[in-house]
Amino acid sequence: MSSVHVEALKKTYGAVHALDGLDLQVAPGTIFGFLGPNGAGKTTTLRILTGLARPTSGTAQVAGVDVLKDPGKLSRRIGHLPEEPAFYGWMTPREFLDYLGRLYGLSASARRARTRELLALVRMEEVSKRRIAGFSRGMRQRLGVAAALIHHPEVLFLDEPASALDPAGRKEVLDLIGNLRGQCTVLMSTHILADVERVCDVVGIIAKGRMLVQSQREALLERYAIPAFEVEGDDQAGLSLWVETLRRLPWVMSITPRNGAFRITVRDVQSAKRDLLALAVNSGISLNRYEEVRPSLEDVFLQLVGSEGLA
Amino acid sequence: MNFLIVFRKEMQEQWRTYRFLIVAAVFAAFGLVSPVLAKFTPEMLKAIPGVPPELLAAIPAPTVADAVSQYVKNMSQFGILLALLVTMGVVVQEKERGTAAFFLTRPVSRETFLLVKFAALTVTFIASLALAAAGCWYYTLVLFAPLAWGPFLALNGLMLVVFLVYMALALLASTIARTNGVAVGLAFVALILVSGIGALPTIGEYFPGRLFSWGVTLMLGGNGTAWQAFGISLGLIAGALLAACIIFRRQEI
Repeated sequence: MSSVHVEALKKTYGAVHALDGLDLQVAPGTIFGFLGPNGAGKTTTLRILTGLARPTSGTAQVAGVDVLKDPGKLSRRIGHLPEEPAFYGWMTPREFLDYLGRLYGLSASARRARTRELLALVRMEEVSKRRIAGFSRGMRQRLGVAAALIHHPEVLFLDEPASALDPAGRKEVLDLIGNLRGQCTVLMSTHILADVERVCDVVGIIAKGRMLVQSQREALLERYAIPAFEVEGDDQAGLSLWVETLRRLPWVMSITPRNGAFRITVRDVQSAKRDLLALAVNSGISLNRYEEVRPSLEDVFLQLVGSEGLA
Repeated sequence: MNFLIVFRKEMQEQWRTYRFLIVAAVFAAFGLVSPVLAKFTPEMLKAIPGVPPELLAAIPAPTVADAVSQYVKNMSQFGILLALLVTMGVVVQEKERGTAAFFLTRPVSRETFLLVKFAALTVTFIASLALAAAGCWYYTLVLFAPLAWGPFLALNGLMLVVFLVYMALALLASTIARTNGVAVGLAFVALILVSGIGALPTIGEYFPGRLFSWGVTLMLGGNGTAWQAFGISLGLIAGALLAACIIFRRQEI
């Protein structure tokens, strides 16, 4: 049975179709990357799955609970971290987690133990008695993760958990999410492909309110893989002239500059492997790097959504 | 669901954000100052140079009734204003800040979320009004004569009902609104409607403002009741809270 089961979910705001028949299944224990450009319907989906919004039509179940019929039961099964977690600034992290523990019916000793454990997990023991009002965005995000985990939820919803953080903050939050693997089901919405590549087992790509594809990350990369090679050299001008001559070859699909190198996507891998280096040698080009590259999630995403979908 | 836990948090919040202290201080100040003003206003007028002696002679010596009247006048103005100001942001600000969305995915029902706020503000206003009443009672005793306990308690109870009417309406405004500005506008529309219609000669008998004059009548030992206004006030409180709960339950956060 899926931890999250969504069928034909629609949500309209006037003439705008935020969700247009979304289907989604998330298996228990996976870290699911819910990927899509801004405005694709990710946050709307999460708001419906957490009971904050109602769908226009369709069904949604989380941990076996119908999100429309039993919001009380739902709230005990899920954890939720909004994109910008908001707190009562007058509270301290310790008070805040204790308050949440009370809401979930934890005993005093269980609250103390869980608060200590979570503050250690998000590395906030030293600021546990400081008012939240003075916290940075990264600290709030980490506290939000702790708050979402206080009651050992079966399903954890994370809305853009790292998109507004600096690199260090992103690493911390993504490491935290990665460490949850096997402990609970995580559905993480994001538009940052690197974050999904880093922590997610399964990827769903959404655009214009519809699920375009949902698959294991590796299977997705294989399915949408386009064979490509990257070449890099010191003589940029010479390299540029040389790769232009490759465009005429029948096995070359496209050539795109990328971070000082050139990516050559090909129709026939064997021809490329046989001829590419030989052509470089014959033209007198010296290469620093020649590599058959593995497709990235970004390549898959661009194929499916199109570059215009990226905000 | 979890009413007492959230109520405790609300009371802590009122204390730590100084909301409780501000309301209590304002009420206490007006409670204390009312009999003082009643006592010394004629003295102050006498001290103003150029006031015609005929006018000074026409000013009667202040009595307990003046102290009570001054107290009711202050409370009816500043108490209502404070009830609106303190309440109209409580829901909409949580929606704007995002704390509502954060907490409504926890085991806190939407009805609990709203009603706890009303309950906590009610406790704050009861405590503040008690301070004001104690101050007024003591200074009236010192400057004039002791006030009769029973009628004075009844007067304060009736004033509390009026404040609760405006708090319930402001809570409804705060629930309906998406932004703080809209909540302020709606709350003041409610104030204008309730106090404006309440000032009309016949229909005003049935509006909450009539409870102030009923309280004064009780204090002065007069006859007459305003049970219809009392019933309508309770109905307004219940109706506004019920409407707020229904709207909030359907509202997308």
